Amino acid sequence: MDQFTINLLFVGASFALYIGIAIWARAGSTSEFYAAGRGVHPVTNGMATAADWMSAASFISMAGLIAFTGYDNSSFLMGWTGGYVLLALLLAPYLRKFGKFTVSEFIGDRFYSPTARLVAVICLIVASTTYVIGQMTGVGVAFGRFLEVSNTTGLLIGACVVFAYAVFGGMKGVTYTQVAQYVVLIMAYTIPAIFISLQLTGNPIPALGLFGDHAASGEPLLQKLDAIVAELGFNEYTAHHADTFNMVLFTLSLMIGTAGLPHVIMRFFTVPKVADARWSAGWALVFIALLYLTAPAVGAMARLNITEMMWPNGTSGEPVSVEMIESEPRYDWMATWQKTGLLGWEDKNGDGRIAYFNDKDADAKAAAEAAGWGSENELTKFNRDILVLANPEIANLPSWVIGLVAAGGLAAALSTAAGLLLAISSAVSHDLMKGQLTPNISEKNELLSARIAMAVAIAVATYLGLNPPGFAAQTVALAFGLAAASIFPALMMGIFTKVNNKGAVAGMLSGLGVTLIYIFLHKGWFFIPDTNSFTDADPLLGTIKSTSFGAIGAMVNFAVAFTVSKMTAPIPTEIEELVESVRIPRGAGAAAADH
Amino acid sequence: MADHTSQEAQSAETTDKGYWAANMRIIYISLVIWAVVSFGFGILLRPMLAGIQVGGTDLGFWFAQQGSILVFLGLIFFYAWRMNKLDREYGVDEE
Repeated sequence: MDQFTINLLFVGASFALYIGIAIWARAGSTSEFYAAGRGVHPVTNGMATAADWMSAASFISMAGLIAFTGYDNSSFLMGWTGGYVLLALLLAPYLRKFGKFTVSEFIGDRFYSPTARLVAVICLIVASTTYVIGQMTGVGVAFGRFLEVSNTTGLLIGACVVFAYAVFGGMKGVTYTQVAQYVVLIMAYTIPAIFISLQLTGNPIPALGLFGDHAASGEPLLQKLDAIVAELGFNEYTAHHADTFNMVLFTLSLMIGTAGLPHVIMRFFTVPKVADARWSAGWALVFIALLYLTAPAVGAMARLNITEMMWPNGTSGEPVSVEMIESEPRYDWMATWQKTGLLGWEDKNGDGRIAYFNDKDADAKAAAEAAGWGSENELTKFNRDILVLANPEIANLPSWVIGLVAAGGLAAALSTAAGLLLAISSAVSHDLMKGQLTPNISEKNELLSARIAMAVAIAVATYLGLNPPGFAAQTVALAFGLAAASIFPALMMGIFTKVNNKGAVAGMLSGLGVTLIYIFLHKGWFFIPDTNSFTDADPLLGTIKSTSFGAIGAMVNFAVAFTVSKMTAPIPTEIEELVESVRIPRGAGAAAADH
Repeated sequence: MADHTSQEAQSAETTDKGYWAANMRIIYISLVIWAVVSFGFGILLRPMLAGIQVGGTDLGFWFAQQGSILVFLGLIFFYAWRMNKLDREYGVDEE
């Protein structure tokens, strides 16, 4: 059986499983559609949250970004896990106690203002849509590679699959489908990592292998990697080179954004009790940590493998020859990925060899010239997003592992896309239609409008996914910034302070506003290319990149909300009582039974 | 009798206040640990930990790529356990 058939088999079988579960668990009433009847166990809920959370950015993109930058990209690891601490301590138990369906419903009730609810819906739709665009980009790349079709075709197939189970299954379908997706994606991520860790360090646990010894040389793995990349003129892997201030802000933005993303927060509405909401966040992070503790090992080991493949005789020997790349089976992956246009090499000096080094580093350039390898780096293109998908091929693993990784990458992208679409659709049907425009809408029509909203959101995301504002992970980081600047501060102030309606509305609008403007100034207005006035290499404000601005946006939100709240009328007594009641778990079951 | 009820209401209010103050204390301590292991050990204080070697690199690198995640996990489970206990101590749990 060839690789294409095996990929098809794995991807096909996993899809059949997800769709089967979605049909089996088809939702009936609105309560089941949104919150799975509040009957989901904390461990199950944690696993589904993990699948929902870990997207194309975590699975496909992150390890590649770490591999080529090393320590400086640790922000992704700390940021995307640290947010769960904020979620567990500051939001989850209180929102569960409040006992409604959506994030904007809480904001609307707590700030006793339909305007606040409307603004929250807008913030939610802007952040979620940006996030879905990133996922659709990932879906397109993964489908394109594994089904050997064009990026556009891959994207359209992916859109149809997401539509099928998100629209017909609702939350209950999604919850159990996502448990299955979690199992597929975690196996797909860890199995190749275990193989590679055994090959390189003899340790079956990649997270331990990373800090273990390199079996071939006996040196510590990271020390070996530092030495090799430094010799080729690249930054030492474990050293700190990035701007510290921007790194802190970027980490903080990802953390706050995690705790402000509506599709993750919604998960905590689906557990039976307040106590369970606290455990759920912990279980979610357990399942997420399995991938996040493995990712830095995947990155470092892949970097070592790639460097050693390009320098089969060591960095002081001869670089790999073109003939070797074309004839030896262990270099087959290079030809396969070259076809996607995401990997490229060129024998610029015509010596029949491909020399991989940092030609911007004077010493490395001089050394390469002296040795006769030419003055230019000949591995001309290595897209960060292909690293995880190509990793099993690079390490020469069995073809079933490659098929499994294909299925896992798609599971990651599709599950997150489905969860986000559900958040968007409930915002439109529940908050916008039922809450504002047509309060007397029947349950049947509410479900219908939820499904229509979902279809529209998929169409928009697919269209924008064809012309995305950046790589999957970049787009996703922007979505986090937007969520950090708008939703999280409003929720936190709703629970922990007595900020009033006008303060909350002004805060959300200014937080979202400044962040959106800062992003558009750097990435182009509405993400249209070449309409940007600044670049992230030379940002408007000091060293603050557009991906790190969410933390600033959140501070603006808090500051404006407190100021406006101080200058306007205090909150009424019944809202004061609501705040007091949200803080105490007693009576949460009763609140939920109202629905 | 009416007097008794108002006394009960008053004591419930005191209980709720004490419960919330205890909760806030646990949150503050947890968030300090959260910030110290990530922004502290992982980024800003990394030079201070440079002398402590861990598997070919320093402790700061370990905190940035693994240690902080493990501490986050510990923090959330500690908080869940501690708060569920606190709920029962103050009689504000759901049962």
